[in-house]
Amino acid sequence: MTQFSIDRRSVFKGAGALVVSIGIPGVAAAEIGKPVKPALSPDQLDSWLAVKADGDVVAYFGKMDMGQGVDVAIAQIVGEELDVPFERINVVMGDTAWTVNQGGASGSTGIQKGGIPLRNAAAEARRVLVELASQRLGVPADRIEVTDGVVAVSGDPARKLSYGELIGGRYFDLAMTWNGKIGNDLVAEGQAKPKPPSAYKIVGQSPPRFDVPAKVFGKLDYVTDIKVPGMLHGRMIRPPVAGAVPVAVDDGSVQDLPGVRVVCDKGFVGIVAEREWDAVQAVERLHVTWSEAAPPFPEMAALYDHIRQASVVKREVPVATGEIDPAFASAARIVEAEYEWPFQSHASMGPACAVVDARADRATLWTGSQKPHFARDGVARALGLPQDKVHGIWVPGPGSYGRNDAGDAGIDAALLSKAVDRPVRVQGMRYEGHGWDPKGPASIHRARAALDKDGAVIGYVFESKGFSRIDIDTNESDPSYSLAGQLMGLPLKSLQGFGVPAESYGFASKRSAWETIAPLLDRGSPLRTAHLRDPVGPQIQFASESFIDEIAAATATDPLAFRLRYLKAPRDIAVVKAAAERAQWDPRPSPRPDRSGDTLSGRGIAYAQRSGAVVAIVAEVEIDRRTGKVWARKFTVAHDCGLIINPDGLRRCIEGNVVQGTSRALTEEVAFDRAKVTSTDWLSYPILDISETPEAVDIVLINRPELPPAGAGESSIRPVAAALANAVFDATGVRLRRAPLTPQRLKAALA
Amino acid sequence: MAERIAFELNGETRTVEVAPDTPLLYVLRNELGLSNPHFGCGLAQCGACTVHVDGAPTRSCSLPVSQAAGTKVMTLAGLGTPEHPHRLQAAFIAEQVPQCGYCLNGWIMTAAALLRDTPHPSEQQIRDGLSGLKCRCGTHMAILRAVRRAAQAA
Ligand code: FES
Ligand code: FES
Repeated sequence: MTQFSIDRRSVFKGAGALVVSIGIPGVAAAEIGKPVKPALSPDQLDSWLAVKADGDVVAYFGKMDMGQGVDVAIAQIVGEELDVPFERINVVMGDTAWTVNQGGASGSTGIQKGGIPLRNAAAEARRVLVELASQRLGVPADRIEVTDGVVAVSGDPARKLSYGELIGGRYFDLAMTWNGKIGNDLVAEGQAKPKPPSAYKIVGQSPPRFDVPAKVFGKLDYVTDIKVPGMLHGRMIRPPVAGAVPVAVDDGSVQDLPGVRVVCDKGFVGIVAEREWDAVQAVERLHVTWSEAAPPFPEMAALYDHIRQASVVKREVPVATGEIDPAFASAARIVEAEYEWPFQSHASMGPACAVVDARADRATLWTGSQKPHFARDGVARALGLPQDKVHGIWVPGPGSYGRNDAGDAGIDAALLSKAVDRPVRVQGMRYEGHGWDPKGPASIHRARAALDKDGAVIGYVFESKGFSRIDIDTNESDPSYSLAGQLMGLPLKSLQGFGVPAESYGFASKRSAWETIAPLLDRGSPLRTAHLRDPVGPQIQFASESFIDEIAAATATDPLAFRLRYLKAPRDIAVVKAAAERAQWDPRPSPRPDRSGDTLSGRGIAYAQRSGAVVAIVAEVEIDRRTGKVWARKFTVAHDCGLIINPDGLRRCIEGNVVQGTSRALTEEVAFDRAKVTSTDWLSYPILDISETPEAVDIVLINRPELPPAGAGESSIRPVAAALANAVFDATGVRLRRAPLTPQRLKAALA
Repeated sequence: MAERIAFELNGETRTVEVAPDTPLLYVLRNELGLSNPHFGCGLAQCGACTVHVDGAPTRSCSLPVSQAAGTKVMTLAGLGTPEHPHRLQAAFIAEQVPQCGYCLNGWIMTAAALLRDTPHPSEQQIRDGLSGLKCRCGTHMAILRAVRRAAQAA
């Protein structure tokens, strides 16, 4: 049985939150350090790392790896600063008892921001250890060198002390300074200055992931595999019409299933059972009478009209340069277009799961949420417990790409556990994974360009209008942002946010703006919107980079040349050139002149900035004219995210972005009727099939050691859809302005 | 009503007493304590629950356990071990395939049967043979590389 135990969890080095105790045996004759660990706090060096008696190092990381090797990169960074071999670094993450809240997995900042305190702490620890060694060896610190965790006198290597000997098993008890910001922006530092990148030996290598072998041998326990003594299996029941609440629940309808109990509180309806299969059957059999709620959604076909007509809740104009109105007034020609992007689902590989053991005065949460500290906070609030009485433990879950359904499962499990006074494991069914997860927002995007008589762009306006990217906040620390909380009547406190294209086109006058509209239902909506990988990036850049091609086409200019004419930022120019060069870009206007035959081929380029990273992609497509089906045959990606920590890990991360981006561009669209989401499985919400996988994703990495590392978890998904749409236009002469670029749409447009 | 059902699981005979319509997946995970395979959809659409039943890749979420009676069931953990990895497991590690890895049962167990029956598959045979399985993290490129690598190791 996979009964939960500390032993079992320590089997795999560094795999998730597996190492919970650093073990302090053999504190032999240490003269420095304290035997007792100071309380967890960002301003304590011991909150960030520990040296074990044998000299192994534990790094405490308050962000998460979601399967892209961020923990490996953190181990590289810590090993680098400490001069300890990579193999000797263990990374503990996602356990609220052992790590400070660095924001969890968020905005691809795991390395970019999450690595900063770890780098500083490791540098500080090295400084202190060298100082201590210098005292004990009786030589000045500048005559000391560190190799593989051993401090030795230069030129006299026999005089040495290992880190293990110096402090192993004890605590530094050393204060650092910190900026007081819990979450992504937390910075802590000591007196030491980190190494210059020119001295890096471990950073820049590609050690493999910690968790891959355990996964491949079927030996890694996921959150779905957590079993605690006395645990019951829970399932939730969601309303058939969004907004309906239960009027009557007939417990008798599940009486013949052994040990089934129904928990109902306002709109929250769940079931627990001793056996999981009984819980699953009970969900189907339980008879609930629901209130007559007016179906809250527009017809799906009217979605974009709804967005166009909806009143604006918030408008922002982050970019406004030059004189727009005179430019348009004097334009020799105006190009304009409007683009549309649907709701999309996280559709994680497994529906969300969480286990909560809620007692009267404390609770434990096992969660796959990418923000376990915030998940802990939400469970504490839902249970009415102080935060420090709830222990949140992250265990790997099915892949997570933002605020997915994992953020809801913890609170579901907490409320069920409290109601039945037993630990409860909740897992969703597939229709919940697709049908009830928070969605990526649907939107429309209007673009206009004013051209002078020579075809130069003198005015450019880009405006997005859509559902907020944060109807549901980016984390689940407040139950009002959880499905359970909303079904129990907590009103949605919709936050307002969208975004603008991330590019450096230097048009003479330019305005980029966004507008958000109200959610379709004020609480408990299966179309509530939240962060989905690269929140609003793919949709905005789909529109903005398609439109750049439309201006280029309108002026019969090669799309690459057009971009290079207007791009301003040197790194942007460099990636665009690098992608084009590697792809052997053929300079000519789109569409291609010869568009005969049943198989059409074309190429398109698009690029995007993202939080310090910049990516350009050339897509090459093949299209079956008879079916309208697009095959993304080849991608060439040029990627610059500053300093590269782990090149192989980065390549796979980019591949995953490109494949998921292709899926979202070509096939993904949440379907709904007036009452509910109707795309509730893999048939109604298809993703890119392996048979449709590109033949090649050719990647050019541009390393910039002079720059800090930026995030790579989301940057390269951003320009994929536009590169594909531009390639489709090149191949066919047809401009698809509504995503996804389905065979039906293309076939209709080609007819 | 519960029934006694016996089958061979990764080489050992196991007997359970469960309702015969319980899907094999639930029996493996809950009665027999396996952590793997996984529940992904329960609809035979994704492959996260794939095991071999008498050598055939089978979606255990949709197979009533009564139909597994008397068969040989093998899971990913039974396919190979760190000491004696199946060549696909070695290839999936060499290519560092998984992100979350929740999908791996489907890919590896299906590919294992494919390579057993077609030791030197063409690219098209690999793609067709794995079609329908899901990987939401989008590790498709690495999966294909790993299967090609394993085929070459045959
Ligand atoms: S869980 Fe069995 S196929 Fe998806
Ligand atoms: S690796 Fe996450 S679903 Fe395949």
